[in-house]
Amino acid sequence: MYKAFGIVNSSSKNIWVEGLQDYRPIGAFSFLGRYRVIDFPISNMSNSGIDRIQVYVNNKPRSLVEHVGTGRHYNINSKSGKMQILFSEARARDDIYNTDIAAYIENMECIDRMHHPYVVIAPNYMVYSIDFSKLIEQHIESGADITLLYHAVDNAKEAFLSCNILELNKQKGVLSINGNHGNAKNRNIFMDTYVMKKELFVELVNKAYKISSAYTLADIVKAECAELDVRGVPHRGYFASITDFKSYYDANMQLIDIKNAQTLFDEEWPVYTRTNNSSPTHYFNTAEIKTSVVSNGCCIEGTVENSIIGRGCIIKKGAVVKNSVILAGAVIGEDVHVENYVVDKRAQITHVKEVVAQPEQPGYIKREDTL
Amino acid sequence: MKQNSMLAMILAGGRGSRLHDLTNKVAKPAVSYGGKYRIVDFPLSNCANSGIDVVGVLTQYESVLLNSYVAAGGRWGLDAKDSGVYVLPPREKADAGLDVYRGTADAISQNIDFIDSFAPEYLLILSGDHIYKMNYAKMLAFHKECKADATIAVIEVPMKEASRFGIMNTDGETDQIVEFEEKPAQPKSNLASMGIYIFNWKLLRKLLLADMKDPNSNHDFGKDIIPTLLNDGKRLFAYRFKGYWKDVGTIDSLWEANMDLLSPDNELDLSDPTWKIYTEDVSALPHYIGAEADIKNAYITQGCVIEGEVKNSVLFTGAKVGAGAKIIDSVLMPGVVVEEGAVVNRALVANDIHIGKNAVVGSADSEHIELVAKRVKGAE
Repeated sequence: MYKAFGIVNSSSKNIWVEGLQDYRPIGAFSFLGRYRVIDFPISNMSNSGIDRIQVYVNNKPRSLVEHVGTGRHYNINSKSGKMQILFSEARARDDIYNTDIAAYIENMECIDRMHHPYVVIAPNYMVYSIDFSKLIEQHIESGADITLLYHAVDNAKEAFLSCNILELNKQKGVLSINGNHGNAKNRNIFMDTYVMKKELFVELVNKAYKISSAYTLADIVKAECAELDVRGVPHRGYFASITDFKSYYDANMQLIDIKNAQTLFDEEWPVYTRTNNSSPTHYFNTAEIKTSVVSNGCCIEGTVENSIIGRGCIIKKGAVVKNSVILAGAVIGEDVHVENYVVDKRAQITHVKEVVAQPEQPGYIKREDTL
Repeated sequence: MKQNSMLAMILAGGRGSRLHDLTNKVAKPAVSYGGKYRIVDFPLSNCANSGIDVVGVLTQYESVLLNSYVAAGGRWGLDAKDSGVYVLPPREKADAGLDVYRGTADAISQNIDFIDSFAPEYLLILSGDHIYKMNYAKMLAFHKECKADATIAVIEVPMKEASRFGIMNTDGETDQIVEFEEKPAQPKSNLASMGIYIFNWKLLRKLLLADMKDPNSNHDFGKDIIPTLLNDGKRLFAYRFKGYWKDVGTIDSLWEANMDLLSPDNELDLSDPTWKIYTEDVSALPHYIGAEADIKNAYITQGCVIEGEVKNSVLFTGAKVGAGAKIIDSVLMPGVVVEEGAVVNRALVANDIHIGKNAVVGSADSEHIELVAKRVKGAE
């Protein structure tokens, strides 16, 4: 048996992505055309040898459940491994009781049945690559009670505003966990990723619930910082936190640059996803395409620049798509100009010819909408 | 099996020697096609989409890769209960020594015990190296309607090419077959056999047992079994197929079959959601297109990275085209790397081949398509 089981956590009430989250949890958001955000934490766990994974869902679970399914496509051992999808009672997303602790309490039976000495907790709304087996080793060697993963950034004034930050001492001991209020540019963004003993995890969950029905795991860890040995470990490589609309758009855009993509993807560290047997993409004679990432199953007759095109999209003759993220099955009609937009799944833009937003404030077209 | 009591057997033992270096190490059914597929994906997906649950794949030539590829029946959805893809290379038996498959009919004869274990009413015989989409359930319905002993799928070919095929002469009105001619010099009909047969299993079983013992037989469906059935006055019918069908026997025809995908009205239509062709799932990124890329009339799949020019070409999984490189009227098989400034024209580049900086392969006015199966060094 492997040392740790995995928990892929869902976002709490403090996080909201305008538009897209009306239809599905962040983990089920399409990402870079081919993937969904949750593919990253699950693939990290699977590649690290973690084959018992609990995926927590609260609001609008349908698309996430459909995507994750049995977990077979994440290359988890089909006999010894197991993917569990754990629901928590549907609460309004802004309900004060909608916390990770509440979800763990509701599913404590399933947590109790895990016989692994350690637990790794990662969010379904952050994109990064990491070898958890190394992180677990580091955690054990350090003798820490809790290891928290963080990413040092220099743009915390304008980005990561829904994230927590770690206050560290020189030895990387965690002094406190606070919200990022955007008042300094250099911050250690907490990646909502934890390693600890399962026993301690269960103890903290119960304790948090006793103190306050609105406590989160981060709240109780913060409260215990002085008592417990809580340490931060820096993460290097690509990191995106999909915690508001702009961050979703920006994270996709950053990965159009293959050099950035190479800091996230590695042939030895595949990112698995559910696929749907689309054919390759067909470019026609009138296609003009530059600096873009395109998924399978598309028909491209128009112009595409600096954009991400999801599976099975149709870009018709004379259409121009620039600086946009087009989700699966969308249709951009003849002579339609889309710029600085996120076009959600299966939306059809045919009648309106100018769909243009300002670069600093990208626009959003609803799922299955017709314009 | 439950749906239509028909079991399928795919003949996949051939080398396809006219594909030269492409089939040095793999059998023809395992050759890549259409960006992300292998040829054998077509009969297997057709079976799955036609509601056939059990498929035997008869392998022989260089079968290691093919065996492991088809054994993962889940790729085509053929892994439910009572469903499966069975890999059937020649084997030693208690009452018979190890013997290679001596012909298409012999391959089935040597697996009578396997077929019997499913007790099918009908047996569907397919070829593992044809590219087409076909609903075998409709063919079976036709077979039953005609109260046929055997049904052979046929496709109309241009009369002037008919002498290259096995031709079925029918009575015109009912499409009952009256005569079969292998590559006739003076063809009387243009109905070419597609090598797709439905037999009533009991009858075929009897014929195969006799055929095994016949020292003068070639043990071949076209040469032996079909003529015997006609001689015996059995009811044979031609099932007319309309649509795309290609037997890719040569480098030129494999190239052509890939190029067919670029035509806006291509009949194969691999993007049809109602009849998907399933294949191996690979964990490659979506394809990346660089700032200087120029892509016109191309078929491109995941894992590709394109910095240069691609015109009228098909790029397979993970193919890479460097800055300033030109790919024209060509096919790049999986993993091909074309470095900066190289030019590939009217060529089919085999799996994982590197073409060095500024190298030139193929030419615009060549009669045949150039097969590039060895590393090409860069030119300075």
